[in-house]
Amino acid sequence: MAEAGAFAAERVAAEGIAADRGLAESRLWARLRSSGRARFAAVTLLAIALAAAFGPLASRFRYDQLDWRHIAVPPFATVHWLGTDRLGRDLAVRLLYGTRLSLVIGLTATAVSVVIGVAWGAAAGFAGGRIDGAMMRIVDGLNSLPYLLLVIALTTLLGRGNPYVLFAAIGAVGWITMARIVRGQALSLKRRPFIEAAVASGASAPRIVARHIIPNLLGPVIVYAALTVPQMILFESFLSFLGLGVQEPLASLGSLIRDGAAQMGSAPWLLAAPAGLLALMLLGLNLLGDALRDALDPRG
Amino acid sequence: MIAFALRRAAASVPTLFLIVTASFFAIRLAPGGPFEASQGLPPSVEANLEAAYGLDQPLPVQYGRYLAGLLHGRFGPSLSVRDVEVSELIARGLPVSATVGLAALAVSLIAGIPLGIGAALQQGRLLDHVATGIAVLVLALPGFVVGPALALAFGVHLHWFAAGGWALDVRHLALPILTLALPTLAYLARLTRGSLLEVLRADYIRTARAKGLPERQVILRHALRPALLPVVSFLGPVVAAVLTGSLVVESVFGLPGTGRYLVEGAIDRDYPLVMGMVILYGALTLAANLAADLLHGWLDPRVRHG
Repeated sequence: MAEAGAFAAERVAAEGIAADRGLAESRLWARLRSSGRARFAAVTLLAIALAAAFGPLASRFRYDQLDWRHIAVPPFATVHWLGTDRLGRDLAVRLLYGTRLSLVIGLTATAVSVVIGVAWGAAAGFAGGRIDGAMMRIVDGLNSLPYLLLVIALTTLLGRGNPYVLFAAIGAVGWITMARIVRGQALSLKRRPFIEAAVASGASAPRIVARHIIPNLLGPVIVYAALTVPQMILFESFLSFLGLGVQEPLASLGSLIRDGAAQMGSAPWLLAAPAGLLALMLLGLNLLGDALRDALDPRG
Repeated sequence: MIAFALRRAAASVPTLFLIVTASFFAIRLAPGGPFEASQGLPPSVEANLEAAYGLDQPLPVQYGRYLAGLLHGRFGPSLSVRDVEVSELIARGLPVSATVGLAALAVSLIAGIPLGIGAALQQGRLLDHVATGIAVLVLALPGFVVGPALALAFGVHLHWFAAGGWALDVRHLALPILTLALPTLAYLARLTRGSLLEVLRADYIRTARAKGLPERQVILRHALRPALLPVVSFLGPVVAAVLTGSLVVESVFGLPGTGRYLVEGAIDRDYPLVMGMVILYGALTLAANLAADLLHGWLDPRVRHG
């Protein structure tokens, strides 16, 4: 009987916070919708994502299909409306495939980094004391190194070419800032009365972390995750540009830029198209992340 | 101050040790031995080769030798460049990378900080819009887009600068340095702007103005020093950004620096080379973080005694 009462108290505490959150969410949407930049970014990204998802189906060319009669033709001159590369492959289809791969890797790597970062940060923040100190020491150590160096070392050891290895490697080093943010929030949450109520009612530590700490961290986690996606896409393109990421005949925006840069004198469109698309995508993702942050910032 | 410096320096030793240890085991435990490529060797020859490189010793002995070698600046033989030690490749590449990297660092500091100050003082006016505009654009334009674009425009079409290659003159160095400096320049400008704006709202600035001090003195004497603190503590990440940026810039412009050795080493799976570079770049980043910490402590007594 006492136990049922304790659980009820715990639930009331959690629901009180949830109601708060509902209110905050509706205000958040209103703010986001009123931001011109956010709308521009959202529409642009949606268009790019839809084109990347369904565009290749509508094209009559495959991404690795060679057309020896149309080698390196410029845009708008032949049936290949964005032109072809030095092997006669259709640039438009390769761009769409590359965007798709870049988006998938960016989202997957972000998901990996969110899972590791939230679990690590919430555990450290809630545990506190010596465990927290030791866990954050590891984070500080990793943080004092350039991320990309770690990714390059990982891809060297694991072998390049496999996109799964690539996004696992990128996600595995990308969780550090997330862990820090989550830990700071968890530390301050821990002292709130509803957590004390949950502790007093006998909830176990993993239950408190999973049911009370993590749900209340969602705001900052979403904002940082949104800002992580363009970073991850940038990492992937960076590695592919260096020749350490996605390998032929697959294409990502980075590998297309690499190919384009190699022939920029004779076929500048091979560089301009993927570079422009990547820039547009990164701009959209960054604007959207900034708008989310501004909308969630109570001072704004 | 000295105690503070020693404490901070000591704190970076375990990290460096961790990097070195991780590198050693990464090299040893990676799939594929160094003599895998030369297949069909008689077992006796292979055994002799392994003995010559000390690979027949137990792992702890090898680890001890690796550490001893590092203390003497030896990173082991390169697997992809025949008969060459990794340390020799570093010695060849480092002058090139250091020239470009330090120049880019200087350019981004000298241009970025004043740009940020100007933007903060002119908040909402033209200079501010230009500065924040550049910062947003650079976020979306990574070095591997900017570099080839600059090479195409100013190298291939206008012939103002060389599109690639290495020589110690403005023609060859301007574009790589600009490419490398742009992102950190934009970042520093944004950071300086934000932090100066925040400081300018502080009470003691109002006091300084109320005393009737000329605006120039309020900015230079009272606002700037605390405003530059966050910029100083960002020195570590800025150096890290220049180091990773060097990988792109060196491969775009064909500069024979350490960044390019690292990339080629990674493509050829030359473990000793990659790990040597990881240790080198890791140590440089740690040193930059340490320098930033010390500078921060020197500027702000609260950090020292906190």
